[in-house]
Amino acid sequence: MAEGSNAIKQRNERYNKYVDTVTPKTSIPKALFHSFAVGGTTCVIGQGIGDIIMLISPAMSKDMVANITSMILVTVAILFTGLGFFDVIARQGGAGSFLPITGFANAMASASMEFKTEGLIFGTSVKLFSVVGPVVVNGIVWSSLAGLINLWILGMY
Amino acid sequence: MSIFKRNKRSEPEALNAFNAATFPPPTEFSKRPRIMRFFNTPRIVGKMSVVGNKESKGPVGKYFDKCETDDKMGEKTFERAEIRMLDTAVRGAVRDAKLEIEDIDVMVSGDLLNQMTTSSYAARDIGVPHIGIYGACSTMTEGLMLSATLVDSGYFTNVICAASSHFATAERQFRYPLEYGCQRPPYAQWTVTGAAASVISKNTEATERFPKLVMAIPGLITDYGVNDLNNMGAAMAPAAMDTMFTLFTQSGYNENDFDLIVTGDLGKLGSDILRDLMRKRGIRLGQNYIDCGNIIYDVNQKCYQGGSGCACSATIFNSFIMDKLSNGEYKRVAYLATGALMSTQSCYQGETIPCISHAVVVESPFGGK
Repeated sequence: MAEGSNAIKQRNERYNKYVDTVTPKTSIPKALFHSFAVGGTTCVIGQGIGDIIMLISPAMSKDMVANITSMILVTVAILFTGLGFFDVIARQGGAGSFLPITGFANAMASASMEFKTEGLIFGTSVKLFSVVGPVVVNGIVWSSLAGLINLWILGMY
Repeated sequence: MSIFKRNKRSEPEALNAFNAATFPPPTEFSKRPRIMRFFNTPRIVGKMSVVGNKESKGPVGKYFDKCETDDKMGEKTFERAEIRMLDTAVRGAVRDAKLEIEDIDVMVSGDLLNQMTTSSYAARDIGVPHIGIYGACSTMTEGLMLSATLVDSGYFTNVICAASSHFATAERQFRYPLEYGCQRPPYAQWTVTGAAASVISKNTEATERFPKLVMAIPGLITDYGVNDLNNMGAAMAPAAMDTMFTLFTQSGYNENDFDLIVTGDLGKLGSDILRDLMRKRGIRLGQNYIDCGNIIYDVNQKCYQGGSGCACSATIFNSFIMDKLSNGEYKRVAYLATGALMSTQSCYQGETIPCISHAVVVESPFGGK
């Protein structure tokens, strides 16, 4: 039995190695270029929105401008998700569309749209964080840890 | 610099590494008799295939009986749309066989969703006794095999066998929300939206001009240790290889005796791997081998390696393959649908993907080869 399972293990290893060589891979330079283009464009648009807000009301604080810019970008991303454009852009952009705040908005909006059919409580409310859950959990855990390190070890506060 | 290296298919050293010694010797399989022969010739007297918009624009689109342009078909949910599609296919097949729903003794059907809801709800609406089966993408061959057995043994006269899948419902169950912007790897496959049904009837004088089911092979669960949820083709190819090899060694037919050898949804990558695997066992699959997943979509439709899902092979079998069997253009067809029997949980828990492939052999009523 042990001999048999060993042979199967060896067979599986060889098969997986063979599969790796024949499986088409994503072309990395192309993917890098696409995500740079899409992510960069998003950031340029965000900067543009911020500049326009600054022009309209110069009295506004920088934090406030950044907040409003993010809100506008999130709204646009949700709108695009609802209209069905976002996944087309994201298929090209990859991480470039996922990393900015637009990706987070899309993940939440798409989940809420998808599970709308199960009702507001058991559908939308329960599944709203099904995709972005890991982002939220990790964000809280790691920022808490960083805060504790700051507080106890570095003594910054 | 290795990241800039483009992938090349079938590098010789990779193939050399993967030599015939990687398999248990063929005798291990051939000892166990696995072929079911149907001596009372059950016949496929009616068929119907319904597909979605995207499939109807593919290379074989013109052969399908009905095309639904709206993914939701005016229903409230995608699940309801899938039920309706299965319902349409079943009723259409019964009509095609010139029968009534009352003439159908039992319905054997399956789909991809949890607890086979599509099949059960469709069977509730149709109102015939129902046997639900789950074989993932191999559901159609499993259904044909069981229906043929039921008819051949004389228990029933008319059995309907159906399968369905829907891109939106499968995507929600196995992957991400529809509008979620994620990138698929280039080896991913696209779930086919569609449903298909065939009516299997007893051999009588009235059914003599219809294609007959001559034999079937229940598949062996084969697991070669692939655990990538997206790389279904590579996971399923060994299962197809096992059943295909059994077919060629035990049925008395070799690869040249078939006008068409058709696998379910291995996709482009999976069917290339299957060719390699069979070559290692001394069988060269030629022009008469096709893969449904490979042909259902056009290259320009951006479906990566091709189609998958129950409906992928079911709709193609119940459209142009059955047409050509009925008019005698194909004399003998081997149909091997493959299924990956994993769930998202089992994959996240680090399990590998067990796969299965059932085979049925269908012959034209107009003479043998």
